[in-house]
Amino acid sequence: MSEKFDVIVVGAGASGNAAAYTLAKSGLKVLQLERGETPGAKNVQGAILYADALERIIPDFREEAPLERHIIEQRMWVMDERSYVGSHFRSDDFNKPPYNRYTIIRAKFDKWFSDKVKEAGALVICETTVKELLRDDKGKVIGVEVDRADGRIYADLVILADGVNSTLARKAGFRPELDPKHVALAVKEIHFLPKDVIESRFNIQDEEGVVIEMMGKITHGMMGTGFLYTNSDSISVGVGCLLSDFMEQKITPYQLLEQLKAHPSVAPMLEGGEMKEYAAHLIPEGGYHAIPQIYGDGWLIVGDSGMFVNAVHREGSNLAMTTGRIAAETAIELSRAGKAMSAANLALYRQRLDDSFVIKDLKKYKDLPDLLDTNKQFLTTYPELLNRSAYAMLKVDGEDKRSKQKDIYRGFRAERSLFGLLGDAYKLWRAFR
Amino acid sequence: MSDKAVSIKVEDKLYQNRYLVDAERPHIQIRDEAICASCTTRQCTVCCPAGCYEGAEGKVVLTTDGCLECGTCRVICTTHRNVEWEYPRGGYGIQFKFG
Repeated sequence: MSEKFDVIVVGAGASGNAAAYTLAKSGLKVLQLERGETPGAKNVQGAILYADALERIIPDFREEAPLERHIIEQRMWVMDERSYVGSHFRSDDFNKPPYNRYTIIRAKFDKWFSDKVKEAGALVICETTVKELLRDDKGKVIGVEVDRADGRIYADLVILADGVNSTLARKAGFRPELDPKHVALAVKEIHFLPKDVIESRFNIQDEEGVVIEMMGKITHGMMGTGFLYTNSDSISVGVGCLLSDFMEQKITPYQLLEQLKAHPSVAPMLEGGEMKEYAAHLIPEGGYHAIPQIYGDGWLIVGDSGMFVNAVHREGSNLAMTTGRIAAETAIELSRAGKAMSAANLALYRQRLDDSFVIKDLKKYKDLPDLLDTNKQFLTTYPELLNRSAYAMLKVDGEDKRSKQKDIYRGFRAERSLFGLLGDAYKLWRAFR
Repeated sequence: MSDKAVSIKVEDKLYQNRYLVDAERPHIQIRDEAICASCTTRQCTVCCPAGCYEGAEGKVVLTTDGCLECGTCRVICTTHRNVEWEYPRGGYGIQFKFG
């Protein structure tokens, strides 16, 4: 291929599709390369779609995108081995269009998004892995080399939307190897059940959905969470923990998932389902401090490749789409002004991200990953005490409530000193304020 | 949970997945087998979500056919950096039906 493009986008995930669509729609000559057999074949997500980020790219997406269920109820469970203490939030406000959050199945959704990219005028080529970036003698990125015959393709700008592992950014020296402390490994399964069974099991009606986030002893003290999402006729269930924690534990990721599924509060929800796929994926959770250099001469980094995930709020795909869109808008603006795709000009991309919710939110929680990493009592001791307390207070056994409260207080004091309890409260307040 | 033994063969899970295996061309390789032989932690044999790494007498055996392409093995090999990790050739490897 001796053609030259305005922009090459590497990867057809959430960020790559957002970038390629926005670029192509503006009339730029865009090539998008994807290593999967079809767009979506390599992509894994829970998956929750946040409408706002996509709406800013394709305003009427609700009319045609393959969406599973809009979420009307959010459950947060703090668990020990046999029980959970939960807070459930369900609101009819979430049940009025336009809906805010949806469950999706990525393989279906990505195929749709990719069709939109093609309709917008981009050339999308699948089954093609980019081997490396091509650079001139000054180090400027001038194209890519793919694993096909005559595999050199040139462009003014290359957008790296190649995911959390970004072999391209690592090989080019734009980003160091991932730190196990900054990345979570998530494993998930999809279980199929009849639509009406899901609806009666979760107390929902047609197209309504429930998400459950789980924390506590289910992760064996590892920093992480479990999740369960309702799709139309299937349930996604999974668990993810920091890789640095997995390295210290002697439990395999699939054992952890199996234990979560066997929890007495989880198993009944999956009962009778047919498991049809098992997936694993890394999630960049290093937050603000882990964001690498994201622009340079002839290149930009978007999505997971740039570590754009808000682990606290379980947001990733919206940051991916937003960074993809803003990267594209920056390139369009430079192109229209006749300016070069130089590092100095592309710095505008970083400035715009700084002004957006993407960097603002990541900055807000910049110290939380470290806090939880060194304070494991939030993940083990407290969930257990909470569940024990709830059990003691609710069990009617002839003991008076004041005595029970004293026992509960003694339980907390036995596990943590008064100073430790106050310190923990302060640390959490600091991290979330 | 932790006290209740849950036995699971990862092969039963992987069996549900769709792969296009690039025969004879593994995309991940162990750089130096001698390093694995002397490695005391062998975290890859525990952390790999597809169970691709198997500890054996004096070596670690890697079979990439069931690989989910997550990158875990490369990231956790922090002491030795002994994992040569590439994506499979275009079109090969795991093809998620749902993702």
